[in-house]
Amino acid sequence: MPASSRTRAAATAASGARVATGTRGVAVARRGIGAGTRGVVAAATAVTALTVLPLLVVLADASSAGLAEAADFLLRPRVGELLGSTGALVAVTVPATLVLGTLAAWVVERTALPWPGLWRTLLLAPLAVPAFVSAYAWVTVAPWLDGLAGAALVTTLAYYPFVFLPVAALLRALDPSDEEVARSLGLSPAAAVVRTVLPRLLPALTGGALLVTLHLLAEYGVLEMMRFQTFTTAIMQRYAVGFADSTGSLLASVLLTLCLLALTLEVVARGRRRVARVGSGAQRPAPRAALGAWTVPVLAGLVAVVALALVVPVGTVGRWLLRALAEPDASSAGLVQVTVATIGLALLGGLAAIVAALPGAWLVNRYRTTLAVLLERATYLASALPGVVVGLALVTIAVDWARPVYQTTWLTVLAYAILFLPRAMVSLRAGLAAAPPELSESARSLGLRGPATLVRVVLPLMAPSVLTGFVLVTLAVSTELTATLLLAPTGTDTLALAFWRETSELDYAAAAPYAAVMIALSVPLTLLLRRHVLEER
Amino acid sequence: MHRHHRSLLAAAVVLPLALSACGGASGGDDAEEFEAEPGALQIYSSQHRNVTQAWAEAFTEATGIETQVREGQDSSMGHMIVEEGDASPADVFLTENSPAMTVVERAGLLAPVAEGTAAQVRDGMAPSSGLWTSVAARSTVLVYNTDLIDEDELPASLMDLADPEWDGRWGAAPGGADFQAIVAGMVADQGEEATSAWLDGLAENAEVYQNNIATMNAVNAGEVPVGIMYHYYWYRDQAADKEGSANTALHYFGGEDPGAFVSLSAGGVLASSDMADEAQQFLAYVTSPEGQQVLVESGSMEYAVGVDVASDPALPTLEELEAPPVDPFTLDSDQVVDLMTDAGIL
Repeated sequence: MPASSRTRAAATAASGARVATGTRGVAVARRGIGAGTRGVVAAATAVTALTVLPLLVVLADASSAGLAEAADFLLRPRVGELLGSTGALVAVTVPATLVLGTLAAWVVERTALPWPGLWRTLLLAPLAVPAFVSAYAWVTVAPWLDGLAGAALVTTLAYYPFVFLPVAALLRALDPSDEEVARSLGLSPAAAVVRTVLPRLLPALTGGALLVTLHLLAEYGVLEMMRFQTFTTAIMQRYAVGFADSTGSLLASVLLTLCLLALTLEVVARGRRRVARVGSGAQRPAPRAALGAWTVPVLAGLVAVVALALVVPVGTVGRWLLRALAEPDASSAGLVQVTVATIGLALLGGLAAIVAALPGAWLVNRYRTTLAVLLERATYLASALPGVVVGLALVTIAVDWARPVYQTTWLTVLAYAILFLPRAMVSLRAGLAAAPPELSESARSLGLRGPATLVRVVLPLMAPSVLTGFVLVTLAVSTELTATLLLAPTGTDTLALAFWRETSELDYAAAAPYAAVMIALSVPLTLLLRRHVLEER
Repeated sequence: MHRHHRSLLAAAVVLPLALSACGGASGGDDAEEFEAEPGALQIYSSQHRNVTQAWAEAFTEATGIETQVREGQDSSMGHMIVEEGDASPADVFLTENSPAMTVVERAGLLAPVAEGTAAQVRDGMAPSSGLWTSVAARSTVLVYNTDLIDEDELPASLMDLADPEWDGRWGAAPGGADFQAIVAGMVADQGEEATSAWLDGLAENAEVYQNNIATMNAVNAGEVPVGIMYHYYWYRDQAADKEGSANTALHYFGGEDPGAFVSLSAGGVLASSDMADEAQQFLAYVTSPEGQQVLVESGSMEYAVGVDVASDPALPTLEELEAPPVDPFTLDSDQVVDLMTDAGIL
């Protein structure tokens, strides 16, 4: 850690400690930082190195093509088309999810909407429907819907909960007194929201937008079904043809650049503002605005969102499921096995991602130094790559240097951790923001040691976020397709693999049971998310 | 409230450990399915799942040798075996189309096929190198929507689809190994220049679909009047509920047209196999009259390649297809990918 940033970190912590406990805290804080932080930095660096490893393989592979060949390949109309289509999808879907997610969160949390609890559940429920299952439903309901329109519709409906969830959580947790103080100082209601609420929402909005962007960049299943080609589908195609692999890596490098761009934009947009406050205090719920004449249009809008995002996919799966059950040779033996395997992998993946995300999230929250931000951001990179790229890189690494882990569960779980680290990271950062350093420092000044502070002060405050991150990763793993295909031990079959196999053969009825189980597995997890993020505040 | 959090967290932490412990301890039939079995013959297969499974099960029944199948797609699986090199866990490789096998062959990773095995397949359906054998075959066809187009309006040759009059009127799945095998046949038959021009026409004219079945369904739904695919998807759908093909019929180009190309599914034994004898036995079984009968009865509707083994009676015979005189053992998928890249398709 550079000297200047260490001083700044110490100063930040020390000033916090002074606030809480007076001057004695300074010495305690300084002693606490040295050893503990070095350990955390080492852990975060190790995690980052591991996640960057696939990128290095990709870049090395891409550069093996040579400059002339690379230019030849990249500077052609086809790559321009892919850039255009990928950009168009991001440009349509990200604003759409931001508007939809924020508006939905606002009416549910801050207006006198009838049955807000029901709407909260229904609006979150699309999280339980994997995006490619949603696409499968739309393909069978509206076969004419494809290309950009179809891709944007399905991804918006599938991803808006990434915005809705954090915004709704923040709106609930926000103390209305700030807004009231702003009003009492003469600001109009709208200006008060802009000056006091929006800054608090900013991390949720930018974080949500980033998650949606990264998902779009790496999305495969939905786009394949919607016949919409982006960099990721093109990379899948390159890997499917398999032989000229450096071209796949060249495309992946472009995708990586796009991802870097998204990450940088998010850092800029998020800014350095501090939004935590000390102690949860006693706060009353925010007053709800009366909807009046808007009640009916708002309700109609929510009904439409729920119908498109939830009723269409679930209804379609249900319809095909009935058909599958009516077929005489329907068997459930394979389904049970596949489900057990999926659950096992998902839980292991969730655990691995949380453990891997902790050091980086803690660092970036406590010491917002360049190094900390870099360590955190670097872990986002690999996740923007399609699973197949990370999967193939890990195959290369394992085959060449780590033979014993090749085609084992451990390598598969590592891939999940790499791919889904951002989900854990985003959640953990939110959790750490709720456990500001002052509280740890006061605990220490009162005689608790580092680990005890972690267990008695930080973890209880973070628990909902840890669980949220765990659930998000678990959800993602249970529907992961391409990395699983490459890395899983021979004989391992998952719900996503089986679903994709049947869907590729357009055997919608045979695919339905797998889709139904994926949804069924995701429902309790989604409910858990709802409870932890939206109720226990 | 915090206690509640903690107990949930504890559950989240403990559950995977408990589950993995169960998986390790139970050792029942279920658990075995999810781990690589060291004693089982490892079959890497990009063939259709039901075909490979039918073969594997029948083989185990006949010989008592356990098998385990790893599924993949043609080219990527061939590429994967090359990547794995001498340490590949694979004992046997089965492909949908022969170019994927050729990739492994060129990397020098295949062991010669046992002599008796080659004698079991028809003449000209195993390469002169003796390093692999065909295990099944499939024919290129044109599927057309009988409501949208009359038989006499159909193109005389696959090459005609590059003409402007077919703009937006035909579908194909050029991203898949099936279609790339067809193009490889075209290169071998018509030369690089003609193929390249044809691919430009494809980029201009064709509606691109995910795979053969999607192409067939699009033709059936009237999105495009005709499509290029392999024959067996249509016969399978006809034998089932006809949901994807009720409004369609097949047109065979014949006359040694590039559109009459017959693609071979390949089988080979890895030189690095530690179960070489069993692997050779497997290949011998698959190509034997018994094994070929398993293929025919699996309902896959692919052509049997065994000597004197009749394919499904619904199919025209292999001879009637009048396939172009293309040597299937020199098909170069690398070249095809380059050409398709140049045409802006990949």
